[in-house]
Amino acid sequence: MPIHEKSLIRPEHIKAHEKLVIDGVDVSGHWSTFIEPRVVTDYNERLEEEIAALPGGEYVHRCWQCGSCTNACPVNAINPDFNPRYWIYLIRMGMESELLRDKEIIWQCVSCNRCTYACPRDVVPEGVMKATAHWLELKGHTPKSKSMIFDEEFTEQVVQTGKIEEGRVIRRFFAKTGQSLLQDWLVAMVKRVARRLPVMQGILMGLAALIRPRTRGWGKARDAITEYVHEQEALQRKALGLRDTR
Amino acid sequence: MKAEYKRVAYYPGCALEGTGHAYNKSTKEVGKALGLELDEVKNWNCCGAMEVKNIDPKVQTYLSSRVMSIAANEMGAKVVMAPCNGCYHNLKKAEHDLAHDESSRQAVERISKKAGHATYQAGQVETIHALDWIKDGIGEEELKRRVKNSLKGLKVANYYGCMYTRPRHIFPEKDRGPGSESTSKPHFMDDLLAVAGAENVDFPLKTSCCGGAHVLSDSDTSTKLVLNILRAAEAAGAEVIATECPTCHSGLEMHQVRAEKVLGEKTKVRMLYFTQLLGIALGLSPRKLSVHENVSDGLELLKEKRLA
Repeated sequence: MPIHEKSLIRPEHIKAHEKLVIDGVDVSGHWSTFIEPRVVTDYNERLEEEIAALPGGEYVHRCWQCGSCTNACPVNAINPDFNPRYWIYLIRMGMESELLRDKEIIWQCVSCNRCTYACPRDVVPEGVMKATAHWLELKGHTPKSKSMIFDEEFTEQVVQTGKIEEGRVIRRFFAKTGQSLLQDWLVAMVKRVARRLPVMQGILMGLAALIRPRTRGWGKARDAITEYVHEQEALQRKALGLRDTR
Repeated sequence: MKAEYKRVAYYPGCALEGTGHAYNKSTKEVGKALGLELDEVKNWNCCGAMEVKNIDPKVQTYLSSRVMSIAANEMGAKVVMAPCNGCYHNLKKAEHDLAHDESSRQAVERISKKAGHATYQAGQVETIHALDWIKDGIGEEELKRRVKNSLKGLKVANYYGCMYTRPRHIFPEKDRGPGSESTSKPHFMDDLLAVAGAENVDFPLKTSCCGGAHVLSDSDTSTKLVLNILRAAEAAGAEVIATECPTCHSGLEMHQVRAEKVLGEKTKVRMLYFTQLLGIALGLSPRKLSVHENVSDGLELLKEKRLA
């Protein structure tokens, strides 16, 4: 029995009488609710296959809609519209236009894996969330999320040098997303540490930031990873019926 | 007690060379004080973290496997110790995927060959966390004998985060009954700090999420999740949250400040790495343990408690 925390009934289709009294009995509001019917015809019959072709989405077909994932989800606790169980249902049904109604929030999964821990069917809902966010961007339904911009910047540095330097990732991420580094809370945080740091250590940390950490002899690994990633991207685009842009 | 934990290959990872510097320093100092030896993995690379996994999980598997390959094939190590939950999680995940998934094995073999190093084979090394290293490398009885500055009266909430226990299938050694770690109610950090004299409070959010994945890309969500954790710790009576992951630690500290500045929600609880707390108990100075590098003022608390 699924948890009916979300249904396909759209709020604007619910008709309820604000004020209605029949034979002296007040039946206002939900006592006299009815739902406008609607017909869904725009199924994307390949939706489940497309999600399953992207990394993380492989096991979406296993879901039997128990709702353990949504029940365990900390993002759902903040925003009830964030609902993995419902999205997995839509994916399996091929209800693409319904899924697109939530396209702005799917990327917000925090990858805590509580859903994957709770899932009795090994669907790996966390992976499905990532695959779905990826799918939305590949299909052009959403621009790149901030999270994707961060992941790409991070990955780019790892592929190029074998390591990351946090300061560089953060600086470039803020620049790419058009945010100022001088936000009140960031400045306040740096001040709190700086005031306690011995001068010499502060100078050494500043100097260390000038040198990019890198893994020695990384060139061959970089080339092998790049080749592999390009190949995988081409396969994914093919599975989604997209042209290879490369 | 496990003799093979006395000397292990050490994989600090990128965060411990940046924001988690204090964790790196305090881990090494505690190791030295307890006579546990660390050989840093030679010329290591990033484990792939969550970011590379999101782009392509098999590339993350490769990156983690290269670290284990160097430890096994170039250093002859049997055990790799990673104090960062992210690194620890990823090495464990790579180990699991290489043992159970043919397509991961093929991808790793292909990239390793082209990169010109030996392909890591599942089972060559055992990956452990800094908690396992101290708990099973020195043992609670021996640790107790070495405590010089008991943390008596210090109320601690032990916070383990997500990656140390989830998903369960990549940690086959956990949930094995008495003596083993639990994925639903982890207790290794509680055990060690109890031996050091601390008073562990009953903390229900031990494995809650701090929103570390979107610490900067979705700050509002992270701030709300962190504020939950800080409030719950304070409600449980904790003065300090003990951490064992650089991402959780800096996430808690950053969003404590952000909650104060953006939401006007001030919390007083301090964050200290469990290695900093153990170090204090072993009689090391706060400076040696880099307590001054934390954002929250742990030093003030330690002074109040007459521990520093």
